[in-house]
Amino acid sequence: MSHHTVSVELENKPGALVRISQLFARRGYNIQSLAVGPTERPGISRLTLRVDCSEHTIEQIEKQMHKLVNVLRVVELLPDESVERELALITVGAPPDRRAELIALGDVFGARVADIGREALTFEIVGRPEELDAFEELVRPHGVRELARTGRIGLRRPGPRQSRAQAALT
Amino acid sequence: MTRMLGSDAILRSLEAEGVEVMFGIPGGAILPTYDAIARGTTVRHVLARHEQGAGHMAQGYARASGRVGVAIATSGPGATNLVTPIADAWMDSTPLVCITGQVYSRLIGTDAFQEIDITGITLPCVKHSWLVQDVREIPAVMKAAFHVARTGRPGPVLVDIAKDAQEAELDFHYPDEVDLPGWKPPTKVHERQVREAARAIADARQPIVYAGGGVLNGDACAELLELIESANLPSVVTLMGKSAIPDSHPLNCGMPGMHGSKFANFALNKSDLIIAVGSRFDDRVTGKVSAFAPGAKVIHFDIDAAEVGKIRSADIPVVGPLKLALTQLTSELKTMLAEKPMQTAAWHAQLDEWRGQYPYKYRKGTPGSLIKPQLVMETLRDITAGRNDVIWTTGVGQHQMWAMQYLQCDEPRSFITSGGLGTMGFGVPAAVGAKAARPDATVICVDGDGCFQMTCQELATAALERLPIVVVIVNNGWLGMVRQWQDLFYSERFAETHLTKQVPDYAQLAEALGAAGFTVDHEDDLESTLRAALEAGRTAVVDVRTDPEENCYPMIPAGAAAVDIIEMPDEEEVPS
Repeated sequence: MSHHTVSVELENKPGALVRISQLFARRGYNIQSLAVGPTERPGISRLTLRVDCSEHTIEQIEKQMHKLVNVLRVVELLPDESVERELALITVGAPPDRRAELIALGDVFGARVADIGREALTFEIVGRPEELDAFEELVRPHGVRELARTGRIGLRRPGPRQSRAQAALT
Repeated sequence: MTRMLGSDAILRSLEAEGVEVMFGIPGGAILPTYDAIARGTTVRHVLARHEQGAGHMAQGYARASGRVGVAIATSGPGATNLVTPIADAWMDSTPLVCITGQVYSRLIGTDAFQEIDITGITLPCVKHSWLVQDVREIPAVMKAAFHVARTGRPGPVLVDIAKDAQEAELDFHYPDEVDLPGWKPPTKVHERQVREAARAIADARQPIVYAGGGVLNGDACAELLELIESANLPSVVTLMGKSAIPDSHPLNCGMPGMHGSKFANFALNKSDLIIAVGSRFDDRVTGKVSAFAPGAKVIHFDIDAAEVGKIRSADIPVVGPLKLALTQLTSELKTMLAEKPMQTAAWHAQLDEWRGQYPYKYRKGTPGSLIKPQLVMETLRDITAGRNDVIWTTGVGQHQMWAMQYLQCDEPRSFITSGGLGTMGFGVPAAVGAKAARPDATVICVDGDGCFQMTCQELATAALERLPIVVVIVNNGWLGMVRQWQDLFYSERFAETHLTKQVPDYAQLAEALGAAGFTVDHEDDLESTLRAALEAGRTAVVDVRTDPEENCYPMIPAGAAAVDIIEMPDEEEVPS
């Protein structure tokens, strides 16, 4: 088993998304996250799927998705050849005496305070999904009241392969 | 550009696709389209008695003709009754366009009378589906539906059309091109892969072709025959592939799998190279995958990339149309073999030995004993020998396996059966559809008594639509294959499998449905009665009462390996 991110371009037609989720359900593939939104082309959506499965299964998933009439393109996003980002909103318990500490912690991760209340505050954080995981771990002891993540979205890097400089950038 | 109603546009689309016949039943939400039928069309409508029957008829039509089958039904229960044929067509890659009426657009989502989300229900078993709510979409959707159904790996599509779209007007123009940017079935094959395949075949010592239904679907029967003859390649043929190459051909080693011969199973499992052609390593063929053909390299030819490597990894995958792939392969191979002939003499000698050693066999009846079901098949085979106008259909179960074992099919598309889904009741309606496709043919449905009772209402269709078929019921009074599993794997606890041979009285039932009815109890009357039914000149049913204790052998238990094959037990072991 390993992690795989798959990027799917599909026609924005009624039922297109359900055909993909149905395919996963029917063939017993487990979706970890799924994010969908518009692309640079009108009428075309991009779907980013995160799946935990074997190499054999990911190959099957790609082939089966290719057969769907509304699917235009399926590519696997390989970690060193793609950019992946995710957005999280995290509401953390923050009594007045702990606020400063939490905000400082957020600063380190580039997390912005999206809202603030008497006993809690809500962070918004954008980054690589792994960074979001790390931030979540760090604020957990303060009491996470609610958390929402968008699921990762990704694109292939414009260059053919990742250079060391690009690796440093991510 | 002609101004017309949506309902008329549906028919003009069918006509533009060259559809000659559709199978269906009217109802509320599809009524506007039936009214258009009343206004006139060149498409013949065959009125089924149940939508499942209509669907299987469309399948039988498609399988006998190689063309797209069309079924039509109303919303709600009409549509849900089509689900079984759609699923069957999905599993067996049969091109089908199913048209269903849907309630008015404004009622969709309100749980209106006879409203059901049929595109949702059928999602896992269609190549694609459309819900049409705008009349202007009808021509393009119909064009796309036929295109998707027939191209690539064939299969079923569903067009669900709201009643208001049928009733509204449009300017009709049938498009010449389809607009489906995401639908790109392969049209070419990779030449290097073909050359590599040819080299592997030329080097093999124990090669076996493993031909499946894709050969028939890909219209590649002649090309496959050319391949096996030019390289003297032995071939096993799956249930779905039966008739792709002649059963009488000396290179045809018969069917592998659960009820295939020991010969065919050994030929496949002990080979050093499997040349899979339009077959999919189904569990009924492989049994335990990890023990399947352990010493074989695999070349896999298929139009569907997702089948290659799905069950058994392919050493040489070749994705593309089989007709083209096999033509290229044969030409490459001929060049190679001209320089260095194949070294397969020892393998052929081994195959000949197995062929002689492991024929299908059964214990013949004694005077006065019950008729053996295998004898029914042998008699049918013998009385139709030499005829090239016979099309067989079957139900699912023991009789189907005996039909596969004993009937001789030498013409492509002459054996039509439900393989993947295993749909009991497939045989009678499929026969009606096959007869509509090939009015010149003699269509014989070999059925079981359990199967027959599931769809026998379509005899009325056969009788009234003048589509005469002959149904031969192997009546053992049991759900025979289930009984066999209870016998072998459930310590002979025959829970709820007994139907009785007497109820219904099949001959009387046949007469009631407008067919001729015959009953055979004794071996001596078997041949003459079957001949009489074939010569009746109308739909006929022969109720042949057979030995209920006869099991179908050999048998590889589910999930077991070919070496675990169970042969017919010795006399003393036969349960009394």
